[in-house]
Amino acid sequence: MAIIAAFIFVILSAMALIPWVNVRWKGIVTVAAVCLLALLSSRIAVGALSGNEFEYIFRGSAVTGPIPVRVDALSGFFILIINFTFITGAFFGLQYMKAYREQSTGISLHGISFILAQAGLLGICSLQHSIAFLTAWEIMALSSFILIIFEHNKRETIKTGINFLVQSHICIMLLTLAFIWVAMRMNSYDFRAIAVFSNSGTLLVGVALFLCFFLGFAIKAGFVPFHTWLPYAHPAAPSHVSGVMSGVIIKIGIYGMLRMLLLIKCDYLLVGYIILFISVITGIYGVMLAIVQHNLKRLLAYHSIENIGIIGIGIGLGCIGIGKGNNLLVYLGFAGALLHTLNHSLFKSLLFYGAGNVYQSAHTMDIEKLGGLGKQMPHSSFLFLVASLAICGLPPFNGFVSEFLIYNGLFSGLQGSDKVLLSGIVGALFGLPLIGGLAMLCFTKAYGTLFLGRPRHSLPQPLREAGPGKLIPMYAVLLFIVGIGLFPGIFMDVLARPLALFTRLNGEGNFAPGKLPAGNALSMIGNWAAAFLLLAGLIYWVRKKATANKPVTRNSTWGCGYTGPGEKMQYTASSFIRTYRKLAEPLLLIHKRKKEIKEVFPRDGGQETHPYDKSEAWLIDYPLQLLKGFFNRFTFLQNGNLQFYILYGVVFISLVLIVPFVFDYLLSLVKFLNKL
Amino acid sequence: MISFILIILTSLFFSGIIIRTKSRASGRKGPGLFQPVKDIIRLFKKGAVYSKTSSFIFQAAPSIYYASILMAIMVIPLGEYRGIISFEGDFVFFAYLLGVGKFFMILAALDTGSSFEGMGASREALFSMFAEPAFFILMGSFALLTGHTSFQEIFASLHFGSYISYILGVLATLVLAMITMVENSRMPFDDPKTHLELTMVHEVMILDNSGFDLGLILHATNLKFAMYGALIANLFMGSFPLYLTIPIFLGIQLLFAVTIGLLESFTARFRMNHNAQYILALSSVSLLIFLGVLLMLGQFS
Repeated sequence: MAIIAAFIFVILSAMALIPWVNVRWKGIVTVAAVCLLALLSSRIAVGALSGNEFEYIFRGSAVTGPIPVRVDALSGFFILIINFTFITGAFFGLQYMKAYREQSTGISLHGISFILAQAGLLGICSLQHSIAFLTAWEIMALSSFILIIFEHNKRETIKTGINFLVQSHICIMLLTLAFIWVAMRMNSYDFRAIAVFSNSGTLLVGVALFLCFFLGFAIKAGFVPFHTWLPYAHPAAPSHVSGVMSGVIIKIGIYGMLRMLLLIKCDYLLVGYIILFISVITGIYGVMLAIVQHNLKRLLAYHSIENIGIIGIGIGLGCIGIGKGNNLLVYLGFAGALLHTLNHSLFKSLLFYGAGNVYQSAHTMDIEKLGGLGKQMPHSSFLFLVASLAICGLPPFNGFVSEFLIYNGLFSGLQGSDKVLLSGIVGALFGLPLIGGLAMLCFTKAYGTLFLGRPRHSLPQPLREAGPGKLIPMYAVLLFIVGIGLFPGIFMDVLARPLALFTRLNGEGNFAPGKLPAGNALSMIGNWAAAFLLLAGLIYWVRKKATANKPVTRNSTWGCGYTGPGEKMQYTASSFIRTYRKLAEPLLLIHKRKKEIKEVFPRDGGQETHPYDKSEAWLIDYPLQLLKGFFNRFTFLQNGNLQFYILYGVVFISLVLIVPFVFDYLLSLVKFLNKL
Repeated sequence: MISFILIILTSLFFSGIIIRTKSRASGRKGPGLFQPVKDIIRLFKKGAVYSKTSSFIFQAAPSIYYASILMAIMVIPLGEYRGIISFEGDFVFFAYLLGVGKFFMILAALDTGSSFEGMGASREALFSMFAEPAFFILMGSFALLTGHTSFQEIFASLHFGSYISYILGVLATLVLAMITMVENSRMPFDDPKTHLELTMVHEVMILDNSGFDLGLILHATNLKFAMYGALIANLFMGSFPLYLTIPIFLGIQLLFAVTIGLLESFTARFRMNHNAQYILALSSVSLLIFLGVLLMLGQFS
């Protein structure tokens, strides 16, 4: 109780304090509040992860009934991820927002929303009561809306913000529907009622209920085709917000799905197939679109969709495992999903912070205009490189470990399965390497054009490396990325209890600590990844020794005999992906504008490509257009005449009065006729 | 351990054999078997020219590339004898390690700020990406067939018995051989002897490398040949004793090298802009193997 009271006290006092202090202190108060909230909630979370589940029940009111606050191992794991990302985000944001000091009121609102977003997320993880859950969800949605529209003087940002607001409320509507369904039948808002409800109904009811929740959470998490808000929201927000948003806010959708899987007893096999199918599509589609983006933050946003797909493949496998009673599959699937959730929150926030450094130094996110940043910004360049390797799932970093777990799950799922499952797994086995390969194409493009080569445009201001205030939180993230890559065993121990929740669903015992599946393989991976680093270092050292007293000259790049290659002659990002674009063109929607060079003395020519999302065009834009067309027919109603509006009012009121009356009359008439 | 040593040994004369075969096929005598290795040793002794544009990545990439291939070779077994690295799912580690090396080579190409090297890098990234699903589906089929998930266990328990299994062996060889050609940028996909930068894949990526670095890259190519050759050899070894497996290994490597030489002498390269489709079609051959495995397991009866 004391902890919860302290938690609420910190939020309220920070909210009261921030508007009154000067700009410098606004940031510091925000960071302090975020750290305090993290400290308080992490205490509970660590307890939950080591076996002491936390439970406190508020008395509540007559309407809500008792409100339980429960933190089990799954909540604890997500709380720790949220806290870590928010702390690094707050420290990074403290420096990042220095550029906007003149917008004092904006910064107050921003700081308060940042705290509220964290509080909302922590609330979602711990409140197990429908109304309280939805309230926390709404707090999270609204505060992230305010966080996104920080640069509200840009028209584009406001448009994006509204888009986000609408879509997150569709998500809330679906969740509310599902909760109302349960509450109507069970007359209780406690999450346990969901479990009781799904136990009492048939499996099909469970599936329908789960799908209702799934759709809601899928919008938040960004599964294709519910992802369309995501690539707009991330670039519009300030970088630390995009980092936090991509790192943890969209992950809350994953948390929701996992929580509902634990509660709802349904046809796991069917649900597993659905999730697996959607996830493979999500992963491939996300990365396919990421490659053609030339706005760095937009590219990263599409990669969030891809990674949600990878997490989803893990969840789908785990579900199939529950359905089949195959505990190994449950363990590997959910372990991969949970670890990838953590991993993605690490490398994606690092990538967004890196993008923030680039933005504040170069004032553009268009990678075609940049180049050679590595020379002026060596730290940002190095951090971005490591994060790129990690997101491509390459050893010796953390992304590989979680992808390896999922691969292991796929291969072990092959044994003794039927044709349906086999085709599902082969689909995933086709998709996962393809996702990895495409991610590699995308990040070599992004890193290569941004940080390598020479500047492609002359920028109005000299480039400067970010200060230590920004770099230290980034290095803190890096530490974890390398740590998970080299010592995966430690982190698997942390995952043991959350995973036990899922393996318990099968009714079988947990895996003994020393005999975890893939445990041996993971420790081997850690060791051999370290060996790989050493070997690469050794070869580099030998090379250095061997060439120490050999003549080394520096000359211009080989240009087939042409000796004055300029920066305009460098390979660009668009040309780097041209072959791919040509291949993928039928699946993508790319608007091209071409200005041919004509005449003897040609004027300026040029070519522009603007990638657009085909699923958005079909699923959002086209129906909206139809809807608009339909409603346009009723514009005659809105004619601006006051008299008409009064008439509408009168008609409405009379209808309200008459319809029940007529209905009653008809009813009695029917009864009378029946009697006859 | 033994496979590691054998592969390193094979790498010394592998491209020598290819070059010899090609020379014979075109009616020349050709250089000695160890000429490629001598060239590499000569490169190791040379100084280097670096582009003014390039940064540290350009200098570190060849070493990382070489290290990634050495590590990948350590994963490969020899029949019953496991490689230095062996655990469940080691072939995932194998494929992703190769990915690290490729990632850095692509970056190094972009680091020079050249108008050509990006072209090669782009093609290499795309082609090898499309080859990856074929490898994973192939390994998945074998994992399903044998019930194991590490190279050594799979190869040790791979027995050829029925007619289907022979077809599977042939198809798997085909897939692995084609992956070798893609990964090494050889004949049907890329012509290492081409003289025009615009039509190269691998060669144009390493235009700016020189001296020790170029030596590392060239030897890495030889190592890669021997590595995939060893994978193919492993398909046919089963659990024979050592005095049989080593001759089988060397014989298959020799045969593989000669085949590559003949292939390069008598075929023309594919059209560059259709390469990606050809490579993606490899996945369908892998799927065929998968269906074959299902047949063997009686899933269709």
